[in-house]
Amino acid sequence: MVSLRNHESTAPAPRARRGGGPGAAGRWRALPALVRFPLAALAAFTAVLALTSLTGPAEDLRIGSVGYYMLAIAGLQLLIGYSGQVSLGHGAFMFIGAYTMALLVLHQPAFPLWLNMLLTVVVSCAAGVLVGAATARLHGPYLAGATLALAVGLPALTVRFPELLGGSNGLAFSVRGAPPALAGVVTTSQWQAAAVWLTALVGLVVLATVNAGRLGRRMRALRDDESAAALAGIPVGRTKVTAFLISAGSGGLAGACQAYLLGTATPSSFTVALSLSLLAALVLGGLGSMWGAFWGAVALVYVELWGQELAHSLSLGTNVANNLPIVFFGVLLILVILIWPQGLHGMFSRLAGLVRRGR
Amino acid sequence: MNHFIDLTLSGLSSGAVYAALALSLVIIYQATRVVNFAQPALALISVYIAYTVSQATGNYWLGFGAALVTGLVLGAATERLLIRPVHGRSPLNAIIVTLGLLLVLQGVAGMVWSNEPHSFSYPLDYRGRFSASDWFALGSVAAAALLLFALYRFTPLGLRMRAAAFHPEAARLSGVRVGLMLTAGWAIASLIGALAGMLAAPPFIFPNVLDAVFVYAIAAAVVGGLDNPFGALVGGVLIGLCLSYVSGYAGPELTTLAALAILVLVLSVRPDGLFSRPTARKV
Amino acid sequence: MRRPIVTLAGLMAAALLATSCGGAGEVEDGAAADLDVSTGVTDDAITIGTHQPLTGPAAPGYAQISVGHAAVFDYVNDNGGIHGRRIDYVVEDDVYDPARTIEVTRDLVHTEEIFAMLGGLGTPTHSKVIDFLNEEGVPDLFVSSGALMWNRPQEYPLSYGFQVDYTKEAKIQGQYIAENMPDAQVGHLYQNDDVGTDSEAGLNQYVRDMVVASEAYDPGNTDLGPQVAALEEAGADVVVCSCIPAFTALLILEAQRIGYEPQLVVSSIGADTATLTGLLSEFAAEAGTEDLPAEQLLEGMIYTSYLPTVETPDDPWIQLYSDIYDEYADSESPMTNTTVYGMVQATMMAQALMAAGEDLTRQSLIDAVESQDWAGPGMVPFASTPEDHGGFGGALVSQFHAEDEPEVLQEARVTDREGGDITEAEVERPDPGEVEFYGG
Repeated sequence: MVSLRNHESTAPAPRARRGGGPGAAGRWRALPALVRFPLAALAAFTAVLALTSLTGPAEDLRIGSVGYYMLAIAGLQLLIGYSGQVSLGHGAFMFIGAYTMALLVLHQPAFPLWLNMLLTVVVSCAAGVLVGAATARLHGPYLAGATLALAVGLPALTVRFPELLGGSNGLAFSVRGAPPALAGVVTTSQWQAAAVWLTALVGLVVLATVNAGRLGRRMRALRDDESAAALAGIPVGRTKVTAFLISAGSGGLAGACQAYLLGTATPSSFTVALSLSLLAALVLGGLGSMWGAFWGAVALVYVELWGQELAHSLSLGTNVANNLPIVFFGVLLILVILIWPQGLHGMFSRLAGLVRRGR
Repeated sequence: MNHFIDLTLSGLSSGAVYAALALSLVIIYQATRVVNFAQPALALISVYIAYTVSQATGNYWLGFGAALVTGLVLGAATERLLIRPVHGRSPLNAIIVTLGLLLVLQGVAGMVWSNEPHSFSYPLDYRGRFSASDWFALGSVAAAALLLFALYRFTPLGLRMRAAAFHPEAARLSGVRVGLMLTAGWAIASLIGALAGMLAAPPFIFPNVLDAVFVYAIAAAVVGGLDNPFGALVGGVLIGLCLSYVSGYAGPELTTLAALAILVLVLSVRPDGLFSRPTARKV
Repeated sequence: MRRPIVTLAGLMAAALLATSCGGAGEVEDGAAADLDVSTGVTDDAITIGTHQPLTGPAAPGYAQISVGHAAVFDYVNDNGGIHGRRIDYVVEDDVYDPARTIEVTRDLVHTEEIFAMLGGLGTPTHSKVIDFLNEEGVPDLFVSSGALMWNRPQEYPLSYGFQVDYTKEAKIQGQYIAENMPDAQVGHLYQNDDVGTDSEAGLNQYVRDMVVASEAYDPGNTDLGPQVAALEEAGADVVVCSCIPAFTALLILEAQRIGYEPQLVVSSIGADTATLTGLLSEFAAEAGTEDLPAEQLLEGMIYTSYLPTVETPDDPWIQLYSDIYDEYADSESPMTNTTVYGMVQATMMAQALMAAGEDLTRQSLIDAVESQDWAGPGMVPFASTPEDHGGFGGALVSQFHAEDEPEVLQEARVTDREGGDITEAEVERPDPGEVEFYGG
């Protein structure tokens, strides 16, 4: 049975140790969660805007991708890192979200984007409740196996219903870009990246708030010792299903963002490889902290790219060059887990700690 | 009726393959509580070695032997070099390491043997409604299972391996070299995985050839119960038969959904698989 | 300093919310892109890009296309280039995942600044970037797929098809069967996507009453047992295979297994005999007599094609391509007909670039493509007029022989993708020396 007891439990804990005293950090921590998280999100949004104003359209797309992957991984963080249920089927919820978005845009073109996003969240939460209820009794690898089958099986629906879901070629559509009034100020790619990040950050604020509240405490109690949690009067089944619901909602919303950003929903984007990559990125980034979701998303988007650039820069045979990026990602994954079991977030915190002590 | 018999036979032979791969997963899970995602990649490399050896010598069976040896060595090396360092930490870390290894080995296979498919023989004549190769698949998996059973039940090595897996502390106190036993478990599991790969790969071999088989093998292991080698065998055959019927009667695109349905059905009745032991669970 | 940015961010967020109230799917048509530009062209180089599956499940077989492109471009570069300009060829791996295709295509257009796209591969993949390429004004030549959507000049003025589309090809197959095997019981094995549906639409125009079984396969499921058994039970003695090469090979093996010997009629996408021979090389010996070459398993296979094939080594274009492959391709695998496919695309791209002249702009390339009187390696007429972007317009029907060169059963015929007639076509095939596709 998978237990995550050995992990640093929560996000705020290490921070509390560092910045508990007076000063800016202390004042920041003293703010209530409902103020602190939105402020942090606003700061992050500002940073993204500043970044996209410097980059070109190709980079904007990647920045947007980091945004939706971050949201998906953060949802997985809540499920795995905080409530201890290992799901290998997160890609299935992204699939549901992407297709919901695509169908809404294609069949209800007059619906505004925010409504589409909301509806996607509703649909994927509903799917999450179904899956969560069906798997509430499963433990560890059994849950993992069942959710893996979900990720493999669900995309087959597109081939079964080709008229509605477009078969294996999927659905393609266009979405409204930057408003004409802002032409020359922001490009469409900047606009879309900003929209994805805004959505992702709102999602993240919700996740962080949930985690800081009663539900978060219940989930962690469940993760650390299920029997003790039950004895303490925590409704085990309901808490588990709720965790699944929230995680599915953020996975679905991430899928919707992907569909919005790319203008497509295609079954071959939602393979097992995606679900496994999300899990890998989560652990790579660092379990138990929302920062882990960010680092994981960055790794997911950029590591293979660096591998490709490496392959281009060396003059290698075709076979070696083609396969270098995937090997690069695999090696990084293994090394980070072997050297820094707490993932990239753990690595950065430790480095930061060293720097501080050195000062 | 004829169609039904055809589907049953084809389901049996693919079921044997799922069973073998599921068995290798269960052995490792029993020993180290890790679901080994690198299993298809270890098997893949073994099969590629077999391909190279067969091509060089012109003898299929030399390649077959080379595959089994490769599996044995790779399994032991993986446990020693990659799994041992994360042992005792969260099992999730070990899973991620095996995922990383999966990527690395698939990539390396593509680097060495290219991503192009190569023609790869069946062990014996493949012609006939239930061909010699199908018999071989069933027979070799059954033989492997029996040998494994005999090893666990009747040899001192098997006893030590079981002790190391289930009561590591007590085993260590009684002088069993627990680490060595875990390595042996991985090696044997990976050998059976290589056998599964040799049976699953034909007619073509390419880096992703075992992906689908592996997913069904996980489903088989979960359906049978991850703690029970016998369950893995039954689960494998069950999944093989069901998928064959679904593919034949309902449509080939539905097999993955059928696997999901079987899993949900079985697990909703028995959350720990069909043949899980009713032991008290650590919660 | 910090405040204004935060305020701006807040305003931006508010603006996003406010304007997102418009319908997300209500898109205004953008203005047509400016084509009088020479993006990707310098004094001594022209950048050409493509997206191909180089890794992942779809890579087997198709990775050869970009090998063919690169080899021909290297040859062109070593022989004076295009009016003195070198061709820089950039291939990006999209793993056959549309999400990746979109990413790498934006990279090609914005970062690599390609002048034109050549042979982007796949229907699910390329259909997701066709809008983008046309909006950005990037010539999108010779899409590597037989789907019908590349040929929509009104909607996609810059996209041009290459291979004969699935419906045209199936019409020619259907007519051939109806005329030459009138008593046949036809079975159809097809891939469960547009390859299958488009082919069926063509076949049905000629052999609807002769079809006794229609079986779909899923490219993710390599067990063809149930489908082949069903074809046999239905008594099909001619099986039309609208499949990719791996599944043609699986069909042949599975038929062997149960002792079923239908006459195969295979579409060009699945009839790469060189690839098939490689895939089957281990099985001939087991199929009975020892020392039987793999070709024997393909004996008598009827297939449609529109390009020269490696089985006709005396063809002057194949001779040239073999020489180029030996010299420039750093690949250990032998040249296949998929390689030739890529080489023909590259040759035709080079032809168009030459015809566009020294003052190369995207407009001049498009003009050259649309006015080109294509004569070269292709075996059937090629359409790239302002009204028809269909690419190769038909096919010839050949039969494979293990011991001999393929026998042409029916010369090139062309047709349309609707209910139009099938007509014989005259094709002019000059030798490579007479075709301008390189030179200073």
